[in-house]
Amino acid sequence: MYEIVDKRTIGPNLTQYQIKAPRIAKARKCGQFVIVRAREHGERIPLTVADTDPETGTITLIVQTVGKSTLEMSQLKKGECFQDVVGPMGQPSHIDKFGTVVVIGGGLGTAVVLPQAIALRESGNKIISIIGARTKELLILQEQLGAVSDELILTTDDGSYGKKGLVTDALQELIDDPKVDVGAVYCAGPVIMMKFVSLLTKKYNIPTVVSLNPIMVDGTGMCGGCRVTVNGQSKFACVDGPEFDGHQVDYDELMDRLTTYRKQEQESLERFEKQHNCKLQR
Amino acid sequence: MVDKGNGDGKLTAKERLAIERQKMPEQDGIERSKNFEEVNLGLPEEIAIREAQRCLQCKKAACVEGCPVEIDIPGFLKLIAERDFLGAAALIRQDNNLPAVTGRVCPQETQCEIKCVRCKSGAPVAIGWLERFAADYEIAHRKGRPKTTAVKTGKKVACIGSGPAGVTCAGELAKMGHDVTVFEAFHKAGGVLVYGIPEFRMPNRIVEDEMENLKSLGVKIETNVLVGRTVTINQLMEQEGYDSAFIANGAGLPVFMKIPGENFKGVYSANEYLTRTNLMGAFQFPKYDTPIIAGRRVCVIGGGNVAMDAVRTSKRLGAEESIIVYRRAREQMPARVEEVHHAEQEQIRFEMLTAPVEVLGTEDGWVRGMTCIRMELGEPDASGRRRPIPIEGSEFLIECDLVVVAVGTSANPLITQTTPGLKTNKWGYIETDDNLMTSIPGVFAGGDIIRGAATVILAMGDGKKAAQSIDAYLNGRLRYNG
Ligand SMILES: Cc1cc2nc3c(=O)[nH]c(=O)nc-3n(C[C@H](O)[C@H](O)[C@H](O)COP(=O)(O)OP(=O)(O)OC[C@H]3O[C@@H](n4cnc5c(N)ncnc54)[C@H](O)[C@@H]3O)c2cc1C
Ligand SMILES: Cc1cc2nc3c(=O)[nH]c(=O)nc-3n(C[C@H](O)[C@H](O)[C@H](O)COP(=O)(O)OP(=O)(O)OC[C@H]3O[C@@H](n4cnc5c(N)ncnc54)[C@H](O)[C@@H]3O)c2cc1C
Ligand code: SF4
Ligand code: SF4
Ligand code: FES
Repeated sequence: MYEIVDKRTIGPNLTQYQIKAPRIAKARKCGQFVIVRAREHGERIPLTVADTDPETGTITLIVQTVGKSTLEMSQLKKGECFQDVVGPMGQPSHIDKFGTVVVIGGGLGTAVVLPQAIALRESGNKIISIIGARTKELLILQEQLGAVSDELILTTDDGSYGKKGLVTDALQELIDDPKVDVGAVYCAGPVIMMKFVSLLTKKYNIPTVVSLNPIMVDGTGMCGGCRVTVNGQSKFACVDGPEFDGHQVDYDELMDRLTTYRKQEQESLERFEKQHNCKLQR
Repeated sequence: MVDKGNGDGKLTAKERLAIERQKMPEQDGIERSKNFEEVNLGLPEEIAIREAQRCLQCKKAACVEGCPVEIDIPGFLKLIAERDFLGAAALIRQDNNLPAVTGRVCPQETQCEIKCVRCKSGAPVAIGWLERFAADYEIAHRKGRPKTTAVKTGKKVACIGSGPAGVTCAGELAKMGHDVTVFEAFHKAGGVLVYGIPEFRMPNRIVEDEMENLKSLGVKIETNVLVGRTVTINQLMEQEGYDSAFIANGAGLPVFMKIPGENFKGVYSANEYLTRTNLMGAFQFPKYDTPIIAGRRVCVIGGGNVAMDAVRTSKRLGAEESIIVYRRAREQMPARVEEVHHAEQEQIRFEMLTAPVEVLGTEDGWVRGMTCIRMELGEPDASGRRRPIPIEGSEFLIECDLVVVAVGTSANPLITQTTPGLKTNKWGYIETDDNLMTSIPGVFAGGDIIRGAATVILAMGDGKKAAQSIDAYLNGRLRYNG
């Protein structure tokens, strides 16, 4: 059992957990994730480790409530336990010295790029961060990412905060800016966003790292459910990834595979909401 | 020798020969293809005794040679015939820690039973069923769990993986007084026995019972530890004070066919299909959260036990038609004969000498069928089986909405990649010497990770042998000779 030593709401449908998991806290490197099963009947769901504290043996997870498992998780209280937490899984981030790195987080992807930004900065890179969301309320982790960035750009689709437009618009401006020499882009968020960021950077030959989120089961390379096509080859995101060269990923296939269980997910969520007389805020 | 019980010794050879092989009571084929309850119901006591009486108690028992762990088969059969069921179980356990498992899943028809002299005059003694009988009887009637009185040696051993190899090794080492911890990546111990082999063939409660036995012997089981990532073998040895390690992580990497269309929604590896169903309980969705695509017309590609388990699972998940697609002929299917027979009873369709060339999809990315090609058998290949050759122009379509690929597995590289100095062969399987020691002193390996996909009993045999080697190594009787 893995105790929730701290839990706080950090945004709409967004919860930050601090979990006691000493082995993982010790071993985890930037870019890795864990697989959590909150309850005995629960699903195994992958979650990026946002931060660790090897001293107290805890790890930090930032979870967006999107369906049954994450909703059920959000109802657990501080002091209660997750049934299972295993990891760290996946390859650590490839951190190099590129000069200026643009770090792009879309929605929850911001939780994934935050540790990358920290590691990239520690390696001596200049960090320009872009956080994008549909609307103001959905912008998360501005402070945390801002604190490790030389420059922070916020965009909202509806213009309710920051720049109106998509993250790709902000990125284009940076690329066009003669004072900025973009050495690399790190990007995590909705697949469609990663796709368009990669299409853009490909035009300029800017190395781009994306963090993929296919559906996983074991996370050990045993089931192949997380397979994604990269450079025409099938890769298992849980062991070969989750980060890949953004210019080589077949995003359309990934988007499609992510819809596999849509019907069951819906059914599961509605059933849970009814039973617990609660609702996922949509 | 004095006979106890109902006078087994009084039967003459002729009388024994006159007894026909008894039948295993089983759930009706159609009925059971809708549930996940066990197919074979187990022999009733009187039938078991009758079957055991068929054994001729051969002086030089050929059956024993066929068993990879050389169980005293005539010995335990005699005890069953004498109604000493607990005694029979204890005798089996001297050579085999998991009789309730092997009695169910060993390929007896190519191991112990094929060697039985009674094959010549009809059917062999049903050694597997009787092994299962004794083991089940023990589970139901035993008082207390095994304990060990061995003097503690103070030596620490890590077993990596809780499949048959890992738990056998752990149990043996605990009985020798060593301090053993099993590390398992999944949240539940048991290896393939819990995530692969379905409930209708290998009920989970049996594996759980064995894990309790193991704990009773003092073995610690730490789940949710992915060795290589959570902790490396080096760290276990250098930082956590383990004196030796046994790697038994199985051969868990699924092989796909590398044909077009394999990433359409509705194409599963058998590993994923079975893991979702068995380990994650998807057959009880939505009570269990993990979903599965059940499929109305399901094609399973392959001819081994894994393929049989997947295809029979699909029936139970509600498929209207479930089809085995196999590129060789029926006789060459590596699956246990009993499983093929059971699959037939459950109205599984067999498309033999057929290989898929492409998976076809709908516009929205779901499987809609497979283009297949007919094969004919040519010259024998390296495995000694006749090689299947495609017949040109014989392509045809099988419509289906789910495809499960069960064409084999390969070595999971996670541990080998994170353990510097660990030698593997060209397929990625770990190399060991005759004592099962790897290229790293004190680190041993066994089971599927050294053999490629093999059998439960061979994995257990390795676990036992490794335990002996590890004990010798810890006592300074065995040295590294790499
Ligand atoms: C490597 C990786 C890292 C991730 N990191 C985070 C993170 O830090 N924070 C966070 O909130 N989310 C993260 N996710 C996504 C998270 O796993 C899903 O949101 C979660 O599984 C949804 O479960 P649910 O039952 O609440 O929703 P559901 O209703 O089951 O599903 C909602 C959507 O989540 C996705 N999903 C569902 N099941 C899985 C699964 N088993 N594996 C992966 N995706 C699934 C699908 O796209 C689905 O449409 C990560 C995913 C991956 C693969
Ligand atoms: C569906 C199916 C049906 C089968 N049917 C039969 C049958 O009828 N008869 C028969 O004799 N054989 C059968 N087999 C084969 C048999 O199950 C295997 O040969 C046997 O289980 C191998 O045992 P093992 O101990 O080597 O590995 P496994 O049983 O594979 O166990 C390995 C364990 O190690 C864990 N692990 C892996 N990597 C790590 C890591 N890095 N850290 C920690 N833990 C790890 C895994 O999660 C797993 O629990 C079948 C196999 C399958 C898949
Ligand atoms: S362990 Fe397997 S091979 Fe040996 S006697 Fe039992 S069923 Fe036969
Ligand atoms: S070979 Fe057959 S008859 Fe002879 S001892 Fe073995 S089981 Fe009995
Ligand atoms: S999640 Fe099963 S192989 Fe990646």
